[in-house]
Amino acid sequence: MPPATGGGLAESELRPRRGRCGPQAARAAGRDVAAEAVARSPKRPAWGSRRFEAVGWWALLALVTLLSFATRFHRLDEPPHICWDETHFGKMGSYYINRTFFFDVHPPLGKMLIGLAGYLSGYDGTFLFQKPGDKYEHHSYMGMRGFCAFLGSWLVPFAYLTVLDLSKSLSAALLTAALLTFDTGCLTLSQYILLDPILMFFIMAAMLSMVKYNSCADRPFSAPWWFWLSLTGVSLAGALGVKFVGLFIILQVGLNTIADLWYLFGDLSLSLVTVGKHLTARVLCLIVLPLALYTATFAVHFMVLSKSGPGDGFFSSAFQARLSGNNLHNASIPEHLAYGSVITVKNLRMAIGYLHSHRHLYPEGIGARQQQVTTYLHKDYNNLWIIKKHNTNSDPLDPSFPVEFVRHGDIIRLEHKECPLKKIWRWEQKETSRNLHSHYHEAPMTRKHYQVTGYGINGTGDSNDFWRIEVVNRKFGNRIKVLRSRIRFIHLVTGCVLGSSGKVLPKWGWEQLEVTCTPYLKETLNSIWNVEDHINPKLPNISLDVLQPSFPEILLESHMVMIRGNSGLKPKDNEFTSKPWHWPINYQGLRFSGVNDTDFRVYLLGNPVVWWLNLLSIALYLLSGSIIAVAMQRGARLPAEVAGLSQVLLRGGGQVLLGWTLHYFPFFLMGRVLYFHHYFPAMLFSSMLTGILWDTLLRLCAWGLASWPLARGIHVAGILSLLLGTAYSFYLFHPLAYGMVGPLAQDPQSPMAGLRWLDSWDF
Amino acid sequence: MWGFLKRPVVVTADINLSLVALTGMGLLSRLWRLTYPRAVVFDEVYYGQYISFYMKQIFFLDDSGPPFGHMVLALGGYLGGFDGNFLWNRIGAEYSSNVPVWSLRLLPALAGALSVPMAYQIVLELHFSHCAAMGAALLMLIENALITQSRLMLLESVLIFFNLLAVLSYLKFFNCQKHSPFSLSWWFWLTLTGVACSCAVGIKYMGVFTYVLVLGVAAVHAWHLLGDQTLSNVCVFCHLLARAVALLVIPVVLYLLFFYVHLILVFRSGPHDQIMSSAFQASLEGGLARITQGQPLEVAFGSQVTLRNVFGKPVPCWLHSHQDTYPMIYENGRGSSHQQQVTCYPFKDVNNWWIVKDPRRHQLVVSSPPRPVRHGDMVQLVHGMTTRSLNTHDVAAPLSPHSQEVSCYIDYNISMPAQNLWRLEIVNRGSDTDVWKTILSEVRFVHVNTSAVLKLSRGYHGSTVWNVEEHRYGASQEQRERERELHSPAQVDVSRNLSFMARFSELQWRMLALRSDDSEHKYSSSPLEWVTLDTNIAYWLHPRTSAQIHLLGNIVIWVSGSLALAIYALLSLWYLLRRRRNVHDLPQDAWLRWVLAGALCAGGWAVNYLPFFLMEKTLFLYHYLPALTFQILLLPVVLQHISDHLCRSQLQRSIFSALVVAWYSSACHVSNTLRPLTYGDKSLSPHELKALRWKDSWDILIRKH
Repeated sequence: MPPATGGGLAESELRPRRGRCGPQAARAAGRDVAAEAVARSPKRPAWGSRRFEAVGWWALLALVTLLSFATRFHRLDEPPHICWDETHFGKMGSYYINRTFFFDVHPPLGKMLIGLAGYLSGYDGTFLFQKPGDKYEHHSYMGMRGFCAFLGSWLVPFAYLTVLDLSKSLSAALLTAALLTFDTGCLTLSQYILLDPILMFFIMAAMLSMVKYNSCADRPFSAPWWFWLSLTGVSLAGALGVKFVGLFIILQVGLNTIADLWYLFGDLSLSLVTVGKHLTARVLCLIVLPLALYTATFAVHFMVLSKSGPGDGFFSSAFQARLSGNNLHNASIPEHLAYGSVITVKNLRMAIGYLHSHRHLYPEGIGARQQQVTTYLHKDYNNLWIIKKHNTNSDPLDPSFPVEFVRHGDIIRLEHKECPLKKIWRWEQKETSRNLHSHYHEAPMTRKHYQVTGYGINGTGDSNDFWRIEVVNRKFGNRIKVLRSRIRFIHLVTGCVLGSSGKVLPKWGWEQLEVTCTPYLKETLNSIWNVEDHINPKLPNISLDVLQPSFPEILLESHMVMIRGNSGLKPKDNEFTSKPWHWPINYQGLRFSGVNDTDFRVYLLGNPVVWWLNLLSIALYLLSGSIIAVAMQRGARLPAEVAGLSQVLLRGGGQVLLGWTLHYFPFFLMGRVLYFHHYFPAMLFSSMLTGILWDTLLRLCAWGLASWPLARGIHVAGILSLLLGTAYSFYLFHPLAYGMVGPLAQDPQSPMAGLRWLDSWDF
Repeated sequence: MWGFLKRPVVVTADINLSLVALTGMGLLSRLWRLTYPRAVVFDEVYYGQYISFYMKQIFFLDDSGPPFGHMVLALGGYLGGFDGNFLWNRIGAEYSSNVPVWSLRLLPALAGALSVPMAYQIVLELHFSHCAAMGAALLMLIENALITQSRLMLLESVLIFFNLLAVLSYLKFFNCQKHSPFSLSWWFWLTLTGVACSCAVGIKYMGVFTYVLVLGVAAVHAWHLLGDQTLSNVCVFCHLLARAVALLVIPVVLYLLFFYVHLILVFRSGPHDQIMSSAFQASLEGGLARITQGQPLEVAFGSQVTLRNVFGKPVPCWLHSHQDTYPMIYENGRGSSHQQQVTCYPFKDVNNWWIVKDPRRHQLVVSSPPRPVRHGDMVQLVHGMTTRSLNTHDVAAPLSPHSQEVSCYIDYNISMPAQNLWRLEIVNRGSDTDVWKTILSEVRFVHVNTSAVLKLSRGYHGSTVWNVEEHRYGASQEQRERERELHSPAQVDVSRNLSFMARFSELQWRMLALRSDDSEHKYSSSPLEWVTLDTNIAYWLHPRTSAQIHLLGNIVIWVSGSLALAIYALLSLWYLLRRRRNVHDLPQDAWLRWVLAGALCAGGWAVNYLPFFLMEKTLFLYHYLPALTFQILLLPVVLQHISDHLCRSQLQRSIFSALVVAWYSSACHVSNTLRPLTYGDKSLSPHELKALRWKDSWDILIRKH
């Protein structure tokens, strides 16, 4: 029995939150290995052991890192076509290079880094990234893939170092590293232009630096302590900047910090001033610093994307005035709404869009068969409406009439302005301009609301076309301002309010959003609109520069839009969606590329050996953890060795188990569409738990059988067989990640046929 | 031995008169003019239909909660001799004379009335003073929202009753634990805790929140027990076992029992049958059972069958084919085989009949003796009306081009041979030689040539599984005759018994999976509006006068309840931080009382309120009432704590008591002012109604004349 192990662990029990910093800790762990080496070859001279152990420590780390890089970069260029979500993130990278504004549900950092990598590696942003399967041809894509693979490769050494620090055991760390290196899922996910490798890089970096600064706790305010603390903050900002999933690791660090402060606060030897200093340091490094960095990424994002692009319509009118190329940029338009003006009407709720109508009718059986009215997120000629008096149909733009402004409380008619472009090629039917109309028919999706249609011929309709225009929180008789007035349209006959439910219409409605007239008069943003474009040649124009929003306003608005976008990603009816309980059992993978047997197929699926081992380990951990906890609560006296090992199991294991819980269970509560790859951050934690658990259990086993001569062998043999087992399973399953061509696995002739262990895997 | 004769027989009874008084007042406030209004009020329209189903013993499926709640209401109907004949279609509809309104509303009202003395007892068991306990009970008594909710045929008051019962009995048990573990009363209260919890869960799924709270507190106490080294291991084990049985096993058993009784009570088929599987439907009297009764159990070669997709989503449907063929060319330019269409059709139709044919023989009738089809057998499926067989081949399917097209084979003589052999796989087989059984067997058809599986597209794994719903042995070899045979329904008599567990799990699963479309309601509200009472619900309006009933709380109680909660949280944080620095403001026993009261009352509020922020269904103000009761329990606890520990002099204490009395009388005043909206007994003038609209967001109905 090497005394070093027991000694080191007992020490960590006596001073539970005091570890040692960086190299010292490593040396302590290295001593263990060295001691093992000494035990195995007693002839080795003792004076050389220290240097030997340091060299061995670095060599092992280098080996792990090298192996990780080698597996990740192997056949990185294949397949030379777009795989899966590369079509989104590659495209967004291109947007940064072209500086066009776009909208995405994730914060910008990840895509910005991809764009930067592409830019530095000579990609010019001209590839369209239209759909998966498109060939890259001469476009340089290796820079972006290489960047993602580079970050993805660091996951393994980070996990290795984290486990080493938590368990002080090289074998646990090695086991973890092997599990991650040889997991086909992690490998596949790191090889493409995706956000996940970047996200996981920051998550693991945060975890590692948090563990490191925990182990510096005995030397507070020293240089390494500050270094690791602020590095934690930086990584947190990075994780949150890539995806909102970063919130989970923030939560974990937050809980750890609260526990840490609670411990310090209870330490009566520390004065309140010192505790205050600790608190301030953490607030600075873990709250202020990340927030500043996070905001900075948005500042860069808005600075880089200065041109109008496909994302404009998601944002408010004022926001769009910032983007060059947008018709609101440097625009000057008439300030007050007058009869005869041509306008676009935008819903005030984020990501609903403009009031829109097109020449298609509501289908049979859905309300009255009249022209559809929807909201549409993009700029379009069909968004134009003319505002007219309810009782006359004369052309108000006739110069002989005086200008008459629309006032709060007026009764108006909104006539759809026919699209001048479409007239050329739509010859079947003469275009007519319809009035915005509503009646007592149920709306297509929201049954309790009334349907809104386009009705009438050339402006002649019936009394159901009359709407009262009202400005929210203003007095009757006021004029209506462009962009700034928040207006409601109240249907005169039924008394309902024009609004958009935000629900997506089925195919017949071109998947635009539903417009309804709601009988519930509660004031919600869904039923409030503003006028955006405004054309009236009879009125003087004013400049819109006064509307320029400030940076905090932009920041807030883009977050609102992102959150709405995220919750809007609802699974469609009857569509098969991945459920969170599928994930840990590796129930079903994701097709990255290729469907048929002639295609180059890549299939994202975890290495089942690794994943099922992880699953088993969680169960085993809960079992052994509770046995130990109950034994300690009953006051059982554990031998020093066992007490040390159980401390590792409860503290180190608990830390990563918490990580797994935080990165997994919140998905059960999410209403949005979920995918298999959402599990991978949790899988990293689960692999670390496996490493710690098996190492500790094997050590306990060896200790329990200490009387038996080969007891030490149990530990070595156990770890070795686990390492070899994972390596062999990787050898079996590697075609999933590196790509396969040939018959599908359902075909008995396929080389993968024997590996289709679950019917639900379709590779 | 005869000693007892020597002394007089004496019965000593401790009667807590305040408890009696509270009960009396509770009964008075809840039962007064219970039959008024004699009309359907708000959600009575919803629960009423289920009561009618119970009275007529017709099966129904309701996703809003487990059946116990409906059964409690139905018990009222049963006691009043209700025959179930009432059309529950409109709020405000006058009850006909056959509806026993008083007995229907009696049980919820009793539950509401008994909550008052229970509040008293809970605060007493938390070891707070008699005054504090009286305070809690009196607050419960005058809370308008609780009165309204318990005077109608609704479930919240019953839920609150069982929530409080669970907490009360746990506290009684916990107090027994200290001096007499394993005594009779110890067992009684422990068991009652489990029973009350499962009743709460059985009424509404919301009851789970309180159950979790009680379990959590019990777990912490058990953990402390585990650390108590004066107890022997065996003793600790017995303690844990007793708790596990009472708090885990009993609730589960009772929950199953609710379903058992439910399924015994509603055994006739009804309008909700369609959602359930064929096997379940066949277990109901009437409906499918009438058709399927007497069907031969074992499917044989030559059997005529209809095949229903087991998955049943989005609608249950049967494998179907008809004369029409696939179009030569689809809209997007892809070609098809131009053979006969095969679809899944959600209505019963003569074209849903298929004949199971032995590929080696020509006959389409069942030989005698019938040769049953077994797992792994090769079959052909011949469409009954067109005599074409089910076929699939390497042609893209119309809507899912990745899959193969399924058709009924027509020989166009264009070197496209029929590939109409299917291998039968019984999914839920016991052994590999199982026989294909009607209704019970779930089967999969694997195409022999391509090993593809017959599947309903859009679904997932379940969608490859089919079962035989209607079945008979075909007897006519001639096509004409067979068509006539197919058109005529078959009937004979045998019953299919599904085990209770199978029926339970199916019913439970469907209840949880049923998604009613999220409907917006005029009176729906968001959880944030509840705490400050920014919303109300208009329950009922008199058809002629402006008498009306609203769910509207006593705003003084709601606001001070929230305030008390905030004070509790801040004080606890303060004490915790001070204790961490080794400053003990409170004596240990006062601290423990404070913590336990907080864990149960503030914790009860949190578990019953916070989860609503995560829910996506339509929410109403009445969802807040269980949380409110816990807040009301917390109020006197905080008040007493302030008076005992924060008021330093006797003078301060007297001033504080005076303030409390003033505050309570203002609550009484508010309660009295809102009384016309609570009982709906008095018609107010529009002016008076306007005066009651204290918040702009309150929706009080004012008639225009």
